[in-house]
Amino acid sequence: MVTPESVVELRGGSVAIAGRPVVRGVDLEVGSGEFLALMGANGSGKSTLVRGLTGLRPLATGRLRLFGSPFEDFHDWHRVGFVPQRTGASSGVPSSVWEVVASGRLTRRRLLRPLSRADRAAIDEAISVVGLSAEARQGVSQLSGGQQQRVLIARALAAQPDLFFLDEPTAGVDLPNQEALAQALATLKHRGSTIVLVAHELGVLAPLVDRAVVMRDGRIAYDGEPLADHEVHHPDFGEAHSHHHAEPGGRDHSPHVGSPLDRR
Amino acid sequence: MELLTLEFMQRALLAALLTGLAAPAVGTYLVQRRLALMGDGIGHVAVTGVALGLLTGTSPLWAAVVVSVLGAVLIEVIRERGHTNGDVALALLFYGGLAGGVFVTGLAGQNAAVLQSYLFGSITTLSTGDVWVTLVLAAVVVLVCVGLSPQLFAVAQDQEFAKVAGLNVRVYNVLVAVLAAVSVTVAMRTVGLLLVSALMVVPVATAQQLTRSFRTTLLAAMAAGTLASVGGLVIAAFASFRVPVAPGPTIVLLALVGFAVTWPLGIVIRSRRRLRTPFPELEPDRHEVTDEHPHVHGPACGHVAVRHGDHVDYVHDGHRHAAHGKHYDEH
Repeated sequence: MVTPESVVELRGGSVAIAGRPVVRGVDLEVGSGEFLALMGANGSGKSTLVRGLTGLRPLATGRLRLFGSPFEDFHDWHRVGFVPQRTGASSGVPSSVWEVVASGRLTRRRLLRPLSRADRAAIDEAISVVGLSAEARQGVSQLSGGQQQRVLIARALAAQPDLFFLDEPTAGVDLPNQEALAQALATLKHRGSTIVLVAHELGVLAPLVDRAVVMRDGRIAYDGEPLADHEVHHPDFGEAHSHHHAEPGGRDHSPHVGSPLDRR
Repeated sequence: MELLTLEFMQRALLAALLTGLAAPAVGTYLVQRRLALMGDGIGHVAVTGVALGLLTGTSPLWAAVVVSVLGAVLIEVIRERGHTNGDVALALLFYGGLAGGVFVTGLAGQNAAVLQSYLFGSITTLSTGDVWVTLVLAAVVVLVCVGLSPQLFAVAQDQEFAKVAGLNVRVYNVLVAVLAAVSVTVAMRTVGLLLVSALMVVPVATAQQLTRSFRTTLLAAMAAGTLASVGGLVIAAFASFRVPVAPGPTIVLLALVGFAVTWPLGIVIRSRRRLRTPFPELEPDRHEVTDEHPHVHGPACGHVAVRHGDHVDYVHDGHRHAAHGKHYDEH
């Protein structure tokens, strides 16, 4: 029943946030080597769906298979690369570009073993795919927002995965950096990687997309040929085009809760 | 000099050395997660542990280890379950721990002076057994912090990424919390529970003024911590011939002096680095020649040279001058 080409297969998937169903009844199949754009307005549930697909949020209902194995039995996490929605790659302590990218290689490494030559080569290669080789030894906090986004992509690349989930990698990124990003994604696509890209607007990434899925209020409203940006914001797909500012915390699906032990 | 040959002093020096190594090692991960005050929270909880030890007549050190590990795990659980209220959770434990400690000490029939040696440290009264416990615990903390640094770094850097990468994020989070609790109790006798967090955070803040990578920050913080704790102890010991000087506060003040020295240095280094960041590799859209130019730009001309693609631009009065034949172009 499951074709071997199916990399992601979700049947009747629902994801709840704090007990409120956000994504409901989603059937989604992503074939090997496909470049899928998951689109929709703010709060339409596209990020939540990706969080369900990566196991960051448990599915309320439904069955998920990754690379043909049921989610519970899936352990080949080095085959999955995830680029979370972030405003930057920096943390409370300085860290170099190389170190952040190297942390993506962990899934391929054994505990307490130093980096092998193959690890180092993969890390250097990941950095060069996103075009940051010259900045490899710099601190990430010194880079621009767009460059930091590319660092996050390189981090996902370092484990040499077959399937990528990218959550809004182009949000707040200037055009030259978007082009560098598109170039990196084109390289991945060319290598046969499967890519699930969450985006508001495709912009320069549009030529890479094979298939568009548009979410509306937690359900799939469209699944088919790539759409132009303005078509995604067609009234039939939910709110009309509005200006998209980053949603604070991205948690507008449930009322804010204020005590340390509340569910989230 | 014969002060250093005294046995109690040698024990104290050994304890200071180990504390100085271990506390900043954990502290680096706490600062990385922006939980710099977590050590303080655990320190306050440990006060209750010490008091329970006094009340039950068992070892205050081990009671503190047990209670602060429980407290640290509780902080971690609250942090994981709730979303934005990590600081509120910490505050609840701060006050609960300190109030509970003073309350239970009263029940134990002890006065505040006993508690004081734990609150502000009493490094010169360590027994040989205390030093052994400190040695073992500190060694465990340092080994785990350095040995598991790739995993701990990844989890502290980006939990969601680490989770999708297949790491057991919860185990590593609890591990860091437990390590923090252990190093709090290790440092308890050196600098005291109320100043513990200083040894975890100040050396890290000092190190990151000068560093660019995580690895050097971790190692430099451990070096700075060791320097501060051993140096502070020695200063306090020699000064105490003339005036009563407590080692704990001296260690913390010395660590802060280290920060005060590196801070302006860090500002200068960062601003130099920013000024010298290469310009984007975009060619100017038209050829514009500068006005009559009084001097020749070069390595020693005093104008900042910044890489711009395949050449160098000199920053001159808000302009960018690039050599072009016999004249300079505006870039």
